[in-house]
Amino acid sequence: MRTEISIKNTKSKFLDKVEELSGENIYACYQCGKCSAGCPSISEMDISPNEIIRLVQLGEEKEVLNSKAIWICASCFTCVTRCPKGVDLAKIMESLRQITLRKNVDYVNPLSISKEVLSQVPQIALVSSLRKFSS
Amino acid sequence: MKISYFPGCTLKTMAKNFEDSALASLSSLDIEMKEFKRWNCCGTVYSLTSDDLIHQVAPIRNLIRVKEEKDTRVVTLCSMCYNTLKRANKLVKEDSEKLDKLNNLMDREDVKYNGEVEVLHLLEILKNEVGFSQIAKKIKIPLKGLKVAPYYGCLLLRPPEVGIDDPERPTILKDFLGSVGAEAIDYPYETECCASYHTVVNVDLVVERAYDILNSAINRGAEAIVLSCPLCDFNLDNRQKEIKEKFSDFKGIPIFYFTQLLALSLGLDEKVCRFELNFVDPRPLLRSKHLIGEV
Amino acid sequence: MSRIGVFVCHCGLNIAGTVDVEKIAKLISDYPGVVYATDYMYMCSDPGQDMIKEVVKEKNLDGVVVAACSPTMHETTFRNTVASVGLNPYRCEIANIREQCSWVHQENKKKATEKAVKIIEAIIEKLKLDKSLIPLSVPITKRALVIGGGIAGIQASLDIADSGYEVVLVEKNQSIGGHMLQLSETFPTLDCPQCIATPKMVQVGQHPKIKLLAYSEVEEVSGYVGNFKVKIRRKAAFVDWDRCTGCGLCMEKCPVRVPSEFDELLSKRKAIYTLFPQAVPNKPVIDADNCIYFTKGKCRACEKNCSVKAIDFEQKDTFVEEDIGAIIVATGYDLMNKAEISEYGSGEYEDVIDGLQIERLLCPSGPTGGIPYRPSDGKIPKEVVFIQCVGSRDPEHYYPYCSKICCMYTVKQAMLYKHAVPDGQAYVFYMDIRCNGKGYEEFLQRGIEEDRILYLRGRVSKVFKDRDKIKVWGADTLTGRKIEISADMVVLATAMIPSKGAKKIAEKLRLATDDYSFLTEAHPKLRPVESLTAGYFLAGAAQGPKDIPETVAQASGAASKVLSLFSKDELSHEPIIASVDEEVCVGCGSCVSICAYEAIELDSLTKKARVNPAICEGCGACSAACPSGAMQQNNFNKRQILEMVDAFTKD
Ligand SMILES: Cc1cc2nc3c(=O)[nH]c(=O)nc-3n(C[C@H](O)[C@H](O)[C@H](O)COP(=O)(O)OP(=O)(O)OC[C@H]3O[C@@H](n4cnc5c(N)ncnc54)[C@H](O)[C@@H]3O)c2cc1C
Ligand code: SF4
Ligand code: SF4
Ligand code: SF4
Ligand code: SF4
Repeated sequence: MRTEISIKNTKSKFLDKVEELSGENIYACYQCGKCSAGCPSISEMDISPNEIIRLVQLGEEKEVLNSKAIWICASCFTCVTRCPKGVDLAKIMESLRQITLRKNVDYVNPLSISKEVLSQVPQIALVSSLRKFSS
Repeated sequence: MKISYFPGCTLKTMAKNFEDSALASLSSLDIEMKEFKRWNCCGTVYSLTSDDLIHQVAPIRNLIRVKEEKDTRVVTLCSMCYNTLKRANKLVKEDSEKLDKLNNLMDREDVKYNGEVEVLHLLEILKNEVGFSQIAKKIKIPLKGLKVAPYYGCLLLRPPEVGIDDPERPTILKDFLGSVGAEAIDYPYETECCASYHTVVNVDLVVERAYDILNSAINRGAEAIVLSCPLCDFNLDNRQKEIKEKFSDFKGIPIFYFTQLLALSLGLDEKVCRFELNFVDPRPLLRSKHLIGEV
Repeated sequence: MSRIGVFVCHCGLNIAGTVDVEKIAKLISDYPGVVYATDYMYMCSDPGQDMIKEVVKEKNLDGVVVAACSPTMHETTFRNTVASVGLNPYRCEIANIREQCSWVHQENKKKATEKAVKIIEAIIEKLKLDKSLIPLSVPITKRALVIGGGIAGIQASLDIADSGYEVVLVEKNQSIGGHMLQLSETFPTLDCPQCIATPKMVQVGQHPKIKLLAYSEVEEVSGYVGNFKVKIRRKAAFVDWDRCTGCGLCMEKCPVRVPSEFDELLSKRKAIYTLFPQAVPNKPVIDADNCIYFTKGKCRACEKNCSVKAIDFEQKDTFVEEDIGAIIVATGYDLMNKAEISEYGSGEYEDVIDGLQIERLLCPSGPTGGIPYRPSDGKIPKEVVFIQCVGSRDPEHYYPYCSKICCMYTVKQAMLYKHAVPDGQAYVFYMDIRCNGKGYEEFLQRGIEEDRILYLRGRVSKVFKDRDKIKVWGADTLTGRKIEISADMVVLATAMIPSKGAKKIAEKLRLATDDYSFLTEAHPKLRPVESLTAGYFLAGAAQGPKDIPETVAQASGAASKVLSLFSKDELSHEPIIASVDEEVCVGCGSCVSICAYEAIELDSLTKKARVNPAICEGCGACSAACPSGAMQQNNFNKRQILEMVDAFTKD
């Protein structure tokens, strides 16, 4: 199948939203792959971090928002530290999560977390996980 | 010296061993950690979206509290709190528009915040104000022969604009270890992420990550790990249970907060270290090195 | 009996690691004619050379053999060494025991040592018969010819003329300027090419030392470095340029309208025309193929309108001859014809254009005033696809080389397109983006970040028309996707090739070219602006794809080579050349026809061959061809060669 690309992709609301929320220029990424090379979460991701940006550049909204990768990203800032173009990929990942969360769709329902887990993990883990995974 | 202190939630609950050992050590170094009143949870993660101001309220409100007590500096122990407070502070210092909006959001506060407070991590105080060479002079029990791998994790170092050291080749924990007489082990995973909050819903992911980190340190000869974040601590220490379940070859390794090693070397009562709260009991190791007495 | 000294070099371990140098020196010292032999770590070093000098004096040597590396490395060094102590330099020979022995026989040290001995013995035999030669001196005509009036030719001409020497600049078109004058703006600074080039063009036009021959072509070149005779054809313009004031009235009245070559067929010109308003010289020519008077016998509208009576339908081509000392070839480039590429429409779709066409569309002084209306219907294209490497880097179908400048001009064009059509979208299909110049990478990133050009990594496989759109089938190998874009216009960055007629002119000048007719430089690294033939220099895109900064640098480099040639009053010429024994020559002329340099002629009276020593390059082809043995190469004569063969083959 051919992917049709047109001005609808390159000037989409989705792309604008990502840039607005992240404050990053999506086109600044030149696809060197250094982010993916160092990402500690890469093996659990279905789409690698640089490819996430590439898909945003191509306006592939559905594929990006449906990916597991954006939720696996743990905001460790390794990529941010090393990106030669100064792209803050952690912010881009966050904006992609936020686009979903702001539709009131949780990635993790807080009520589904068991009592056992709640009593086991430190507060900072709980609070941050809810901040990242629920609306 | 007296400095305003932000403990954050976890130091008051699961990480009492971190707080107690820190407070005792600092007082023996003549630093009074003044816990400021009415602090609240900082939110633990800095909000990364540009329009999300509401999540900057929590960290900034803490800074207002510090200002209310006429202090200009606040120190944290937890890397996550440090990162969140520091970044929020940086944001409002650099963006006056956002600062105004935040002050408006908090119009019930008595004072307005104008970026006056400086956020510090305890390691910075030890390095820059006490000085590692001074610590080396003050210690009573050098941790001779103890091979410790520093683990920095993410938020002490990244992003670089708030990191306390070189994000790629940090030395602050290594230098600290030197000052207390321990041997620092160099290994490639010292700044790799432990998978952080995934520990709540995706234990497997944490197990994989922690296994890699710990095994790398063990293979390079480490007998223990030292770190400064209660979440990293949980993932590297408590999760060793799940690691062992998954990887039968995994031997286990004790995890210390850096303040525990500090207290120990300063010759303080072992009780302030609260080793009973460490998941992997470090005492057999310490005993084998004659750093604590027999039971 | 000869008094020969042999000096064996270790070249560190390069030679001594394989060949037993000490043993050789011992063995050779007993060879007939040798009075001294020794070995040393580095003969080419100062102490090594000093040692040779000492021995020459002390032992009163009449010949020296240095057994070392290839003569292309240090023959000159050692010849100068012996000359400094009064020995004729041609009595110094090099025995190559490195490239031809130690390097290639590392696995067998014993045999290598034996072979080295033979090489040295053979060279000794040659040396015994070597004559003391004296280099020839030839006077130089200090006048340069520059062929091609693009930015390369312009720069070279100005550099030479500004140094006080005369230049004849030959340009085949009616104006100088070349392709640079067609461009919209230039990377990486986006300055206007007309603004920076026209002042130089005017300087050329006004320079008292430059004789500008526009609408002219080199017809014939004879002679040799320092002393060329050049015949130039001045093509009939059918306008007397001496009378013409450049008012342009003739052009206004001409009823003919044909596609303009300068505007890359995107506008129409008259049959009597200049290339562009700032042309130098600003004089029109009549294109006889399209002129109604020439084709049908009536009209002469231009003539009626010319108040100074400059139109001259009877004008014929004329010829001038110039004496020239050095020649710079700067004939530039053309773009490969897009019609050759069938998968991109064989040039049949109006809205599939090439790089120079979009330059004209984007040029503020171009046919559309800088707004890129598309050719088919004049609409403003909202989505434009640029395809890089068209015909380049395609060894299977077209050209294997990278055209070097298209990555950069594509960013520039996409950027300028966005500046003209801010709500449009530019896409670029690329293989890699090669931006290796000062400020180039930054320029590219600016195009991507600020003008949001979407780069897609992959070649386009097919382009076809679909109603009023041009469909582009490409790939994005970064995501592994096949991509389809419905574009309003497609721009092909077609390969840069040598200008039309480059091959012909190279043949006329007897210059070496590569497989694609780009001129070949004497050495790709160390002699980049010289040709292999003495007296010829290269500048600009004629030598290989290059952009303006590089072209100008090379032009100035070529000019400085010419100036260093002109700084001498006489040229010295190698004496190792062919010479005829007139008593033996039978006048068969085999040598005449084989000489690539046309250095030999048969004397009209004696019918004997005669070598012009200033032209002969000493290649030896004639002596090999001569059936009578009359033609011999100095210091490489038949007897010497046979003696060497004997020395090699004796047990
Ligand atoms: C689409 C495109 C865009 C470009 N954009 C840029 C840019 O932005 N910046 C940049 O630096 N470079 C750019 N370039 C490259 C630039 O055009 C060349 O580097 C430059 O023009 C080379 O100059 P030249 O004098 O060697 O050749 P040319 O410009 O080709 O000049 C050669 C001259 O020689 C004449 N000639 C040819 N044969 C003969 C003959 N037999 N006898 C007499 N005269 C002859 C021709 O008529 C012509 O006047 C671009 C090129 C292309 C194709
Ligand atoms: S490191 Fe930066 S530029 Fe490179 S692919 Fe990742 S985000 Fe893009
Ligand atoms: S911030 Fe996210 S994407 Fe970047 S390296 Fe860390 S986990 Fe990977
Ligand atoms: S004579 Fe030829 S050039 Fe002159 S006006 Fe007529 S068609 Fe044009
Ligand atoms: S310069 Fe760029 S576009 Fe041109 S042939 Fe080379 S790689 Fe291809």
